[in-house]
Amino acid sequence: MPPSTSSDLTLSVNGEKYTLTVDHRTTLLDALRERLDMTGTKKGCDQGQCGACTVLLDGRRSVACLQLAVAAEGREITTIEGVAEGERLHPVQQAFLDLDGFQCGYCTPGQICSAIAVIEEHAAGWPSAVTGDVRPEAGPPPLTPEEIRERMSGNLCRCGAYVSIVQAVARAAEESNKGAAA
Amino acid sequence: MTTATRGAVGTAHPRVEGRDKVTGAARYAGEIPFAELAHGWLVLSTVARGRIRALDTDAVLAMPGVLTVLHHHNAPRVDTDYTGMMGSPPDPTVGLFQHDRVPHMGWPVALVVAETSEQAREAAEALVVHYDREPHDVAFSAGREAEAYALDGHMPAVVEKGDLEAGLAASAVVVDAEYTTPEEHHNPMEPHAAAARWDGGRLEVVDSNQGTGWVAGELASLFSLDPASVRVRSEHVGGGFGSKGVRAHQVAAVMAATVLQRPVRVVMTRRQMFSLAGHRSPTAQRVRLGADADGRLLALEHRSLNQTSAFYDFVEPSAASSRSMYAADAHHTASRLVKLDVPTPTWMRAPGEASGSFALESALDELAERCGIDPIELRVRNEPEVGPVSGLPFGSRNLIPCFREGARRFGWDGRDPRPGVRREGRWLLGTGTAAASFPTLAMPSTAALTAEADGTFTVRINAADIGTGARTALTLVAADVLEVPADRVRVRIGDSDLGAASIAGGSAGTRSWGWAVTAAAQELRRSLPPGADIPPEGVTVRSNTAEALGALAQKERHAYGAQFAEVAVDPATGEVRVRRMLGLFAAGRIVNPLTARNQFVGGMIWGISMALHEEAVRDRASGGLYGADLAGYHVAAHADIPHIEADWVDDPDPDDPVGIKGIGEVGIVGAAAAVANAVWHATGVRHRDLPIRPDRVLLAGGDA
Amino acid sequence: MREFGYQRAYDVSGAVALLDGDGEARFLGGGTNLVDLMKTGVERPARLVDVRELPLNRVEPAEDGGLRIGATVTNSDLAAHLEVRRRYPALAQAVLAGASGQLRNMATVGGNLLQRTRCGYFADVTSPCNKRDPGSGCPAITGEHHNHAVLGASGHCVATHPSDMGVALAAFDASVSYETADGAGKLPLADFYLPVGETPHLETALPPGALITGVTLPPTATAANSRYRKVRERASYAFAIGSVAAALDVRDGLVHDVRLAFGAVASRPWRARAAERALTGSPADAEHFAAAADAELAAARPLPHNGYKVTLMRNLVVAVLSELAEEAAR
Repeated sequence: MPPSTSSDLTLSVNGEKYTLTVDHRTTLLDALRERLDMTGTKKGCDQGQCGACTVLLDGRRSVACLQLAVAAEGREITTIEGVAEGERLHPVQQAFLDLDGFQCGYCTPGQICSAIAVIEEHAAGWPSAVTGDVRPEAGPPPLTPEEIRERMSGNLCRCGAYVSIVQAVARAAEESNKGAAA
Repeated sequence: MTTATRGAVGTAHPRVEGRDKVTGAARYAGEIPFAELAHGWLVLSTVARGRIRALDTDAVLAMPGVLTVLHHHNAPRVDTDYTGMMGSPPDPTVGLFQHDRVPHMGWPVALVVAETSEQAREAAEALVVHYDREPHDVAFSAGREAEAYALDGHMPAVVEKGDLEAGLAASAVVVDAEYTTPEEHHNPMEPHAAAARWDGGRLEVVDSNQGTGWVAGELASLFSLDPASVRVRSEHVGGGFGSKGVRAHQVAAVMAATVLQRPVRVVMTRRQMFSLAGHRSPTAQRVRLGADADGRLLALEHRSLNQTSAFYDFVEPSAASSRSMYAADAHHTASRLVKLDVPTPTWMRAPGEASGSFALESALDELAERCGIDPIELRVRNEPEVGPVSGLPFGSRNLIPCFREGARRFGWDGRDPRPGVRREGRWLLGTGTAAASFPTLAMPSTAALTAEADGTFTVRINAADIGTGARTALTLVAADVLEVPADRVRVRIGDSDLGAASIAGGSAGTRSWGWAVTAAAQELRRSLPPGADIPPEGVTVRSNTAEALGALAQKERHAYGAQFAEVAVDPATGEVRVRRMLGLFAAGRIVNPLTARNQFVGGMIWGISMALHEEAVRDRASGGLYGADLAGYHVAAHADIPHIEADWVDDPDPDDPVGIKGIGEVGIVGAAAAVANAVWHATGVRHRDLPIRPDRVLLAGGDA
Repeated sequence: MREFGYQRAYDVSGAVALLDGDGEARFLGGGTNLVDLMKTGVERPARLVDVRELPLNRVEPAEDGGLRIGATVTNSDLAAHLEVRRRYPALAQAVLAGASGQLRNMATVGGNLLQRTRCGYFADVTSPCNKRDPGSGCPAITGEHHNHAVLGASGHCVATHPSDMGVALAAFDASVSYETADGAGKLPLADFYLPVGETPHLETALPPGALITGVTLPPTATAANSRYRKVRERASYAFAIGSVAAALDVRDGLVHDVRLAFGAVASRPWRARAAERALTGSPADAEHFAAAADAELAAARPLPHNGYKVTLMRNLVVAVLSELAEEAAR
């Protein structure tokens, strides 16, 4: 008997449960956009080559275009629609808005989700490809503009808003540090 | 009108739609829901030239969810025999499915429509198309100049003043160099997407484009419809850069919606965009400069060879921008075309200026080196009083102030001109500069402005905000004329029902629309005395700038800029990194410094990307592109971009009611040359072929 | 993309049983390569067995003092792991040099080893390709190949292996553990990838239906002084055009132990044993580093447009070993 090519499943998105039947071919990106009408997560390349579809899966940034929806069952999915607290923007969103960290806005939700994770990954002590010494004894690298650029490189912006995006991430990271210290 | 608050223009203002964009609430064309929406998937040719012999549609029609397959036997007929908004007939590519000929790899041969996008995709991939292949020719090279032809596009192809050979013969110093730039692709982050439906006898299209009136007009012509019965909307647009006009996806969506009588959405895949969305032609350019010992130009020749498709002429006038840059008694510029079996190229950010300035501004740097003159001083010595070829007065030309101020801020003075002498660890360091210019244009536009009963104002203008910040800029322009705070003004754009207006193109959008908005606001102030009662439906006035634009005197109207770059080159690996960049611009009055700075910097980033990364590789055997995706076609990523500063000198356009010139394109012009000139300064090697890839740097050697 | 069945496995034997040696079924890990290949039509499985939730997500000390890395450890977790960063820094650097933060969060160690080449002809199903469609030809040899192989290729295929992680694993003598219905097995990484020859479509020595369960790194003190350098056509988020993983132990100015592997030059991570042999016992200076690189690269057979890789690899070897020698001297 040929295997079933669709499944009934429950997706947990931004703290809400959604039950739906999906064709196994459906990516998480298409499930969000076409089935759940959450179009904030963008489709730029559908091949993992641009980062516009970045969401958080169990808190870790991931590209939704290469994530099959059926394989996302049981995981906590956070999209751009779920990062603000009610009317209060997430500090990363606010920094993007204030510092004009975008132009056309299409890569923006992915940049913001990615930036939220970058700040957390850095706080957890993760090194990056530009970290001079990755050995733990060297201590965590400071979140310099160079570190931000490398860590954000999975999010292409064709308008070329990179300079203000880096400034926005730096500002949000500073605020997050202050918050952690307080 | 209550509070008088002049000064919105010139003050930083976050984008009015910014909150929607950072929360994901802003919906783009492929994101508007429709009941009963069906999904179309384009099938593209897998041969570069030939005829379609047969399509095996039966098997595909039997697949789950498939509603129809449109192709040249059954698609609605369209009329391509008309003159479009741009004053020329349409690119035959939009005459979708009308014949069996295949003129390039990736030509649309069918549209599969299904209930879901997954079903449509699988069916489109399963559709077997049989071709009769014919030999193709996609080999662009400088060697094709003998068969090339000159054709006037939006600028004359060939302009010759004075005796070139005599000028070169009389010159103490002659630079004669050839430059090439590769095929480049726009790649806006949002792929082209359109949904079409018939609603009460009207065709409604939600699309991602740079001008809804333009697309609506073309669709009306193609489908022989009353223009009033076509409505195109485009609220948010995820980048365009010249690629988002009328294209196969809208035509396919309209055809399918017509045949199926239900809404149909067609979205290009990223790979499909590489053959359906246009591209910047590759160029092979030759520049000859003759100068006296002091660097004063006696002769300037700039020739460019560009490609177009076998079936349509699109001219990228790469040599034309040299006509207004530098004075020389003998001044020859020519752009010529060679026809190949490739998709038709199109406008791409600074079409002509971006590629042309790479050659001219690199050659100027070579001349400075040969003459032993500082590159900025060389440009000062060749600064024209009037248009070098046209003889027309300049509207305003503040190029030299850009160089002077830029040099001061960049720390140019005291620069050691010798190449290959600065080392920092494994890196060789160098700096470079180049000039930028872009024409100042305006297109006739209409606007409507309503004073609402609640004391707010609504601007209705068919503008397009493709990321430029136009929506915000127009808000500020209206607020200033009305003397009200910006939050009292709402601007509605992106809807062909709003009337005729400029497209977002040619850096002319904000100038054209701002002019119309200003005229309407002035009219409202005249017709509505302070304290007048506003009826519930409000008071509406309209403007049309056609007459005012027609009355403009002929001038050389351009925006200018000076580009500065510092690079580091590792001669052992060929890696090139831009360390910092500065652009100083004279580009009219700056409406919103926050968004303008971003847009200038974005243009400069395009220049870095052009200099170091971008290159579409055409496979001669197949005729298609190799690696046609964002992993194969590199655009600059975060890590490639250092801190970049952009600023401007005071340069209001005296003939524009707001003083605007336009800033969308001048930022890329000269930027690639500044990087290439800096690479020479770092290594002593001239890179005349873009992009400056590691393998090229490595093989060229230098002071390793 | 054709329709397919989906099953999730929760233990290793269950996963192997679900796959059942079915040639039309594939294990799904992070999906970063497989799902992309399904979209481009290169892979058309009838069934996926999801192995991401197998209990193989730990990095643990091995009995011999080395490290055992589970197959479903994500690239991110591997690169962040304190023991990996302390004892095998080049491995952490190699992983961090690959893909993007998002993709590293999804991609697994097992999947990384099995990822397919990024040759543009392989990825384009309208193009001939001996690896994808045996016997159809290799357009790269006469076409676009400026980022193709210079070592170990054949007249049938000149594609490169895209992994960064694998290059460091090759340098450190890793071995790959797997499970089949008949039991567990182990392959040294050196034997894991098959020579190209006339069969570029046969890529690994894994038995049919086998599931990679982990990678073991033997203990090696030399690895603590190691480095990975990658050159690519943009500064990040791009595949290598050349890379080097190197580890160096210098005693009294002489090379006591050296590990060297190259990326983006062959159909597999390329262990540079000829260079290692040439260098062992030699003075640790640029001249001998270059001579060692030349010893390895003597076997290079560049095509018309990728000869620069020979120069690039030679320069990279000298640069990276010189840095390591300098650090060791500190």
